Amino acid sequence: MAEQLLEVDDLKVSFRTEDGVVRAVDGVSFGLERGKVLGIVGESGSGKSVTAMTILGLTRGVNASFEGEVKYRGENLLHKSESELRRFRGNEIAMIFQDPMTSLNPVYRVGAQISEVITTHEDVSKEVARRRTVQLLRQVGIPNPERRIDDYPHQFSGGMRQRAMIAMALANNPDVLIADEPTTALDVTIQAQIIELIDKLKDEFNSSVILITHDLGVVAEIADEIAVMYAGRIVEFGSTRDIFYDPQHPYTWGLLGSIPRLDEERPDKLHSISGAPPSLINLPRGCKFRPRCPHAFDKCIEEPALENRVDDPHHLDRCWLTIEEKRNLRDLTIHSGRPEAA
Amino acid sequence: MSTNGATPLVETIHMKKYFPIKAGLLQREVARVHAVDDVSIQVFEGETLGLVGESGCGKSTFGRTIVRLLEPTDGDVRFQGKSIAKLKTRALRPLRREMQMVFQDPYASLNPRKRVGSIIGTPLKIHGIGDAGERRTRVQELLEVVGLSPEHYNRFPHEFSGGQRQRIGVARALALRPKLIVADEPVSALDVSIQAQMINLLEDLQDEFSLTYVFIAHDLGVVRHVSDRIAVMYLGKLVELSPAEELYQRPIMPYTEALLSAVPIPDPDLSAQRERIVLEGDVPSPIDPPSGCRFHPRCRYATEICSQVEPPLADYGNGHLAACHHPLNVDAETLARVQAAPESPEGADEAALPKDTSGESHPVPDA
Repeated sequence: MAEQLLEVDDLKVSFRTEDGVVRAVDGVSFGLERGKVLGIVGESGSGKSVTAMTILGLTRGVNASFEGEVKYRGENLLHKSESELRRFRGNEIAMIFQDPMTSLNPVYRVGAQISEVITTHEDVSKEVARRRTVQLLRQVGIPNPERRIDDYPHQFSGGMRQRAMIAMALANNPDVLIADEPTTALDVTIQAQIIELIDKLKDEFNSSVILITHDLGVVAEIADEIAVMYAGRIVEFGSTRDIFYDPQHPYTWGLLGSIPRLDEERPDKLHSISGAPPSLINLPRGCKFRPRCPHAFDKCIEEPALENRVDDPHHLDRCWLTIEEKRNLRDLTIHSGRPEAA
Repeated sequence: MSTNGATPLVETIHMKKYFPIKAGLLQREVARVHAVDDVSIQVFEGETLGLVGESGCGKSTFGRTIVRLLEPTDGDVRFQGKSIAKLKTRALRPLRREMQMVFQDPYASLNPRKRVGSIIGTPLKIHGIGDAGERRTRVQELLEVVGLSPEHYNRFPHEFSGGQRQRIGVARALALRPKLIVADEPVSALDVSIQAQMINLLEDLQDEFSLTYVFIAHDLGVVRHVSDRIAVMYLGKLVELSPAEELYQRPIMPYTEALLSAVPIPDPDLSAQRERIVLEGDVPSPIDPPSGCRFHPRCRYATEICSQVEPPLADYGNGHLAACHHPLNVDAETLARVQAAPESPEGADEAALPKDTSGESHPVPDA
């Protein structure tokens, strides 16, 4: 069995606010092996970004409280001090943020920002750091890195800035790379480039990747396993093939059905998930997807556990419907595109 | 949909929009951004024209110019047959009722200090429609039309999610019952699941209010569902214009082919099987666009002629236009006809240039 790098066990994150306690993440568990890509998929407010940021201790604050464990090679990061965490951040676990326009400092040169990551964690001279920065920029596909290293962020296009962010994240050869919606702010053509780049660099650097997105289409090609999140919990977990070819949860069906597909006939109407995600302060009773689920029935007033209900033992979901019911219902949602009678 | 003989609702004729770049003490013009460069498109009543291209291709500038938020540098814009390119603010005002815009960013396009009722009601007020009570009723109706609740009248934008804010933006655009709505990336900032809701809403509204849309997007997957015809722009130029389904079945311009291949397919096997054409690099600068075909530095079929001669927009039949020296998916017969036409690239330039055979066309195999 491959080396287990990261293990998140029953993670709970909540924030006290004026309006009440926001339960952003409520009992999330998953593991990540070396060389694998885990896709975390869900809508805004599903807790996917909070989960990722908590791994790096970026959600700490006076109003935040944490339960569970985040283990990196056996060490629990959740209760490490800030100074201890600094050893891991950017060095062992690195992050790429969504918006390349705002995550680079506009008043420093791009190269200086990348070199800083190297000199912070390693005792190397400026010249060495600069040489390595040029090399990194070349690896992420920036033309003329010797010249572009002295550019300011505004001289880079959106796609190039995201490449620079990836170079920065990889500067210390981290074991785990967390990419939080790395392509959402970019054109589809550039999105294709960036996904391909992450896939290639993962092998070159022998790292694992957590890729967070709201679009299942983005992870289809690159992920090994996928966790579908809703209202702070994982509602379905399985291999990429399980999620795309044998999805068990009606929310996953809805996500799959909402993607406009070029490989199928154009339907009269796109399937859409009615309504909006629930407030994390005041969650509905039972299954959290129940108010938006067209297939909800009596039993859904109790929340189903995340457990294995199909033949494949690694495929988990939270839905009370029987396997036969699911098989009959889901194709209508995913492929016909007709909106179901609510 | 038959468009023969009908007067288009909006029409651009060789429209150009350049932005000057000024420098120095005297603020002299040193260069120009060629945002929209000689684009002629007709938009007919009741149809949806999808307008697609990467950032910086001029699609937003095009949208803003046809509703006269910008004045074209050259060429003409006609609304219902009447030229509006040079109209001044006062003369434009009655026309504003006929054409409205929905913007991309639902966070930046609503004033955070105004209540929803006032945001949607302002267009009515400016155009002097109804008294305060009637306007309130009208705004509440509009809120219901876009799937919000009339009780939301007194709320502020920050109390809404991204999808709901975009609905407010749509309600504001609908307030004056316009004929034309230019929607500039109306779903790009939304989650996939919410995108589908918005697209369905826009389609329903089109039927209900017989609207004409110009729908701007960078993603060919999204526009397929709303568009009757699709225009593809690259660096200020219109490079392909086609009935929607035909564009997906047989793209002619290699740039369109690349855009199509960039749309992710939510199916791991199909995704792995298909050949991905990853476009190298970014869109070149519109200040100094490449010579000849503007796409040639990124095009995998490019040959010598592409860097020297700009291909004109040629008609491949069935309302399918494209500007390319090496058209894809075209059968030999059509190709011969297009090449024989006087305005065709090869026909015009054959005498001047050596015969170029390195970039073969790709005819559709006989069925």
